[in-house]
Amino acid sequence: MGFFHRHRGLTPYLLLAPGMLWLTVFFVVPLGFLAYQSLQSGNFDVGYSFSWAWGNYWHAVRDYRAQFVRSLEYAGIATLLALLVSYPVAYWIAFRGGRWKNLLLLFIVAPFFVTYLIRTLAWQTILSDNGFVVHTLQHLHLLGSGGRLLATSTAVVTGITYNFLPFMALPLYVSLEQIDPRMLEAAEDLYASKLHAFLRVTLPLSLPGIVAGTLLTFIPAAGDFINAQLLGGPDNHMIGNVIQSKFLELTDYPAAASMSFILMAGILVAVAFYARIVGTEQLTGTPV
Amino acid sequence: MNDQLTRRQLLERAALGGAAISVPGLLAACGGSGTKAGGATSTGAQKLASTLHFSNWTLYIDVNNKTKAHPSLDAFQKKTGTHVDYVEDINDNASFFGKIQGPLSRGQSIHRDIVVLTDNDRYLGLMLKKGWAEKLDKSAIPNLKNLVAVQRHPNFDPNRDYTLPWQSGMTGIAYNDTLTDPVLDVTDLLENPKLKGKITCLNSMGDALTIVMLSNGDDPTNVTDKAFNDAFNRIKKAADNKQIRAFTGNDYAPTLAKGDLAAAMSWSGDIAQIGNKHIHWNVPKDGGALWTDNMLIPKGGDVYTASVYMNYVYDPKVQGLMEAGDPKRNITGIYYIPPVIGAGTWAKRYDPSVASNPLIFPTEKMLSSVKIFDNKALNNQKYLTQWNDLISG
Repeated sequence: MGFFHRHRGLTPYLLLAPGMLWLTVFFVVPLGFLAYQSLQSGNFDVGYSFSWAWGNYWHAVRDYRAQFVRSLEYAGIATLLALLVSYPVAYWIAFRGGRWKNLLLLFIVAPFFVTYLIRTLAWQTILSDNGFVVHTLQHLHLLGSGGRLLATSTAVVTGITYNFLPFMALPLYVSLEQIDPRMLEAAEDLYASKLHAFLRVTLPLSLPGIVAGTLLTFIPAAGDFINAQLLGGPDNHMIGNVIQSKFLELTDYPAAASMSFILMAGILVAVAFYARIVGTEQLTGTPV
Repeated sequence: MNDQLTRRQLLERAALGGAAISVPGLLAACGGSGTKAGGATSTGAQKLASTLHFSNWTLYIDVNNKTKAHPSLDAFQKKTGTHVDYVEDINDNASFFGKIQGPLSRGQSIHRDIVVLTDNDRYLGLMLKKGWAEKLDKSAIPNLKNLVAVQRHPNFDPNRDYTLPWQSGMTGIAYNDTLTDPVLDVTDLLENPKLKGKITCLNSMGDALTIVMLSNGDDPTNVTDKAFNDAFNRIKKAADNKQIRAFTGNDYAPTLAKGDLAAAMSWSGDIAQIGNKHIHWNVPKDGGALWTDNMLIPKGGDVYTASVYMNYVYDPKVQGLMEAGDPKRNITGIYYIPPVIGAGTWAKRYDPSVASNPLIFPTEKMLSSVKIFDNKALNNQKYLTQWNDLISG
């Protein structure tokens, strides 16, 4: 006790230590190793050696630009869709859920007790050529008679949207739930229409949730490869599929490592851009 | 070519239960394996471990459907006292190799005594080339004489010093007769407009290229750049114009059974296991591929115990049960193609329908038309890169 009194300045560092240690061992060190590997040259048979091989990065961009762009595109669309689906649901649970709130939240989370792979395989059945969804769409002439959903970009984006839905819905719920309903009453007292109250009060107050949700969805979605693998066709593959194949099939570790860094950089740029637009204070959830 | 003939002869003997040669041999083999553990071998250092760690592919050994036990492994324990820690943790060669290459390259043990890798993928050859496999203790494997001849001198391990086949399979074409007329050759599969978007191609380069090269009139056992390019471009064209819906591992099987696919480039064993009467499998008109999964002892594994186990599975009586299962005792077999002479005779006793199934004990005609893909081409970095860019692009 006395030690902490005398060295009060140390307390924050001691509190930080476990987290810092964790991140150092499991994030910074592997990342450093990955960076080192990304600049190696050679091949698996003779072994790889470090040689500042910046060419790995250039080759990755030159040969796989389509997959990089596609990954950001699919992840972006899926994030937007997840937001559009989740917002009304989270809103309804937060403001109208009453005593059923916890149960309703459980309904959102429950499917995710099943593993990721099984959930994605289930979508293979849902979107099957002979399934209910395709038949209905064909009936409504939204899909040609020979049309299908599996092995198309629609299926991949649908799969990603579904698989990352809770990462969007839960932060949204948390920020919506914290809104004091008296604020909305006040807005009405000040002659705001329902729409106006939503746009001027609810939406800005829920921005931290939107920002957190979009980031939690977009970042892992951009690196995803399972959905493209199981629901997509050969021309729907994302950069995650390429990295996986470089790493496992070709044992070309430097190429896989450099692509991982490019993906990371691409996501950072996209996020920085996004943060500029919505304002950085939203990222940390400081009230407006 | 030579390989095909010898394999054919020997499998034929196995499949038809060719009495004269195999029966006395196999009786001797049974006796041999029975006493061997006791002390048939003279080297004092040879001692059985209490546990054998065996990593294999899923659904690749006999299983009692009720208890989920593996009768052949239980019998091995009874006979030798060695418990087999049997783990089904291999789903594809690449991921498994990715998992074990780290420790092996640092000279660490991976705590396994036997692993199973396929000869139509590059990793089996790599394991040997890198020196990551232990030499078999052939003195403990007298049953080696039961190995079918075609498998005795593969080009990645010419004297079978490091590997022994576990099971083989064929690559051909499967189709669903409710959705299409019979699809019997590669041209139909890749170019029939009625099948557009309704077929899949295997993502394993060796399998896919073998049957396309045969259709092109090229020799897949000795790949030239031109043969590679022709076959590759033909597949790429089919992918570009959306004839090919996806490149798959064995995940095509449920999709085919469900009816989303009309036909698929396919492995014989998957179709034997599905057992759906509307799904037919055939060797393409111009020939199919033959591949083999091989057991090997990774560096640091217990050579003697692993060798004793390999000897055990090369006993035709044991192999017959593993292959065919035993319907009377509710045991399901492996249903791929066994590499052991005499297995067919025993399989017939357990389940005659398995012994007469051409997907498990192939006919002479089938075996004469399947080829083994050129091992050199599997490790050609240029081919591999092109192929992987196609399937993941």
